[in-house]
Amino acid sequence: MHIRPILVALRKHKLATFLIAMEIALACAVLCNAVFIIANRLSAMNIVTGVDEASLGEIVVTGFEPKEASDLNARMIAGLAAIPGVESVHAVSSVPFGPQAGVAGVTLDHKHYGTVIDYYVGDSGTIKALGLELVAGAMPDADDYQAIPDKAWLPPSARVLVTRALADRLWPGESPLGKMFWTGPYQYRVIGVVANFMGAAANGGGRAEWSAFVPALPGGTLAGTYQIRANPQDLERVMTEARKTVATIAPDVVLDHENSQSIPVLRAAHFATDRAMAGMLIGVIAALLGVTALGIVGLASFWVAQRRKQIGIRRAIGATRGDILRYFQTENFLIVTFGIVIGMLLAFVLNAVLMKFYELPHLPLYYLPIGALALWGLGQLAVLGPALRAAAVPPVVATRSV
Amino acid sequence: MMFGYYLDLALRSLRRNKVLTTLMVLALALGIGACITTLTVLKLLSGDPIPQKSAQLFYPQLDPYPANQPFSRSGKRLPFLMSYVDAMNLIHAHKAERQAAMAMSQVKLMPPSGEGKPFYAQGVLATADFFPMFDAPFQYGSGWTAADDDSRAQVVVIAGYLNDKLFGGANSVGKMIRIEDHDFRIIGVLRAWAPQPRFYALHLGGRSYGKGDAVFLPLQGARADGLMPSAMMGYGKSIDVDHLESAEAIWLGLWVQLPNAAAVSTYRSFLGNYAREQVSLGRFRKSHTALSGLMEWMRSEHVVPEDVRLQAGLAFGFLLICVVNTVGLLLAKCLRRSREIGVRRALGASRGAIFAQFMVEAAIVGLAGGVLGLCFAELGLLGIRHQPAQYASLAHLDLSMFLFTFVVALAASLVAGLLPAWRACVVAPAPQLKDA
Repeated sequence: MHIRPILVALRKHKLATFLIAMEIALACAVLCNAVFIIANRLSAMNIVTGVDEASLGEIVVTGFEPKEASDLNARMIAGLAAIPGVESVHAVSSVPFGPQAGVAGVTLDHKHYGTVIDYYVGDSGTIKALGLELVAGAMPDADDYQAIPDKAWLPPSARVLVTRALADRLWPGESPLGKMFWTGPYQYRVIGVVANFMGAAANGGGRAEWSAFVPALPGGTLAGTYQIRANPQDLERVMTEARKTVATIAPDVVLDHENSQSIPVLRAAHFATDRAMAGMLIGVIAALLGVTALGIVGLASFWVAQRRKQIGIRRAIGATRGDILRYFQTENFLIVTFGIVIGMLLAFVLNAVLMKFYELPHLPLYYLPIGALALWGLGQLAVLGPALRAAAVPPVVATRSV
Repeated sequence: MMFGYYLDLALRSLRRNKVLTTLMVLALALGIGACITTLTVLKLLSGDPIPQKSAQLFYPQLDPYPANQPFSRSGKRLPFLMSYVDAMNLIHAHKAERQAAMAMSQVKLMPPSGEGKPFYAQGVLATADFFPMFDAPFQYGSGWTAADDDSRAQVVVIAGYLNDKLFGGANSVGKMIRIEDHDFRIIGVLRAWAPQPRFYALHLGGRSYGKGDAVFLPLQGARADGLMPSAMMGYGKSIDVDHLESAEAIWLGLWVQLPNAAAVSTYRSFLGNYAREQVSLGRFRKSHTALSGLMEWMRSEHVVPEDVRLQAGLAFGFLLICVVNTVGLLLAKCLRRSREIGVRRALGASRGAIFAQFMVEAAIVGLAGGVLGLCFAELGLLGIRHQPAQYASLAHLDLSMFLFTFVVALAASLVAGLLPAWRACVVAPAPQLKDA
């Protein structure tokens, strides 16, 4: 295919060529960034909490006096465990995607509080029910579960489990086993490390997986939040029954409906806005590509109509239908390429602007060839109709005067 | 006269090429629909919550952190909240026209009849000036006085919707209501009142949008009954939650009403003097203070969700593409009519006349795009109302946005029409006639 004649012809339509190229450039910039934002949202939705989410749920009740806590725990744990299908019930401080609780700074030297972690407090059996995977050290034994004193939300000292991420943060390159850390007057010794574990930190959005599991006996402030384990198939039924059961086992407390859900439901609710945003972006991308295609169809049709006579002449002096078709396809390819080159620059400018105002990383380079391929494809699809019509122009047109 | 003729010409021209016309209108309408949808949400979220008063409301900030504390920070941003001691010192100084301290609290309410289940509602703990300062309108009764604050009165003002729910909308002033297992006497019922966004709840743990708070209690009285603020931050070794009033903790928001610029500068220097005095007393380490106007405060605290700004920006990018698209299509149409233009010019039409004719045509496309864009915007807002956001149910098109739609549509189409109309009016008549 000869490109020179096409370029010469385009030079006669500088303005229209420039407009199409600008439209492609803008589309390229918006497309690359919108797809990038969608990809970021989707990857944020894939947080690994390290627990058996499909088997777990939580029931949250409030509105009881601290002195009623032990009695409430006994009634709730017995009552919920009696529901058919429930494998275990434990009093805990929080669950992944549940309400945030137990966030505090920790220190290794009583001076610097650089790390803010999620404390997760639970009774014996909680770890097994969560399905946490121990990678070093040992689990707490029965003696490690102590009562929490009045008005405190943590036991004053305990042997605890930490996540791999927290161990690497506090003691990089060292074994965390046996090490101590403090929050205010509370002191903790690490006895075990778990691979992954995100408590309510999953709610923090982007916060690092810095969590510690502190063993404690139910009662005092460890009351009101219960972790239920059931077979994944039974979980939703169990949760529905559990919410109903609360009214009979503890009629005077208030059930927190919003948070008394299975973890899959809490997870879906937590990411609802991200999903909505991704959906809206996909809609905009579709509309954007549609409008760009319409623009190409419109201008290409106009050019075909304008050049009917020239097309007829070319056909009359020996050009095949294929030649005409390829002429318009090549022309479109050249314009779109021109647009893409400008569009790539625009995409980076737009990315820089977005990074200034929003938490967004650099646009990875591989988005550009993908964006270019998409727009080349779109251009070829859009021009196909008008190009076929051009190819169908009969040579006899050349002999007509108008 | 001539305008009518241009209108006729434009309609003929648009009818002649239905597909191209439809494409132009559709593309423009999509862009306008997206813009109006996102702008409506942005306007809803970033609007002035209390237009008649916002210019007079100010939010003072202090830096109460003492020396040698692990949480003392030297960052540029001052703590958002205030300690009880400082809030009371500033209130009792009476240096502003009105001043009120407030905290939010999630409270357990017991239906008065004793039947029905207890439920949770959003409560505001505030001092007496809260109601007159924020222009909260009363349906029955009134707010409490500074004397009630000092005597720790067990009184409450309830929201209209709570009055409807508990008392069927009847005048409930004088009745008792049980909050967190203490009895409070109702002294006032508000009319529907819910500033959007709820500027006074910022950083205090309340919701930013929605139907408003349910109960309003005198700060000291409610605290005497053990009601806890939703947000508190300690800067000492630990927070003594039983004695928050004297604890090293910030948990109150303070608002002051300052009627004019002179009052603002007087208050600013008073605040600075207060902080310096505290430094010399050894309470504070730093004497920097801030006094932000309401709208400035909301901007600097990024009250509007970032997603919403992003969506609006995206919608404008999309509109820009739609306008470029319309320019291209209008240009194609006008070049195709070079011969017609040549004839009109040869018959005596001036360049201005040709220009006007094409601008009228662009304007018609714009108006049609506006009408269709309005439909798209309504559809878009319907979608927004089904989104999982606090403000979802508030997303409606109001009259000003309705009119703004047409302004945007006309502006977009006229900008798009400029280039093609200019190209049309510089067409030289002679070659066009010769060629025919």
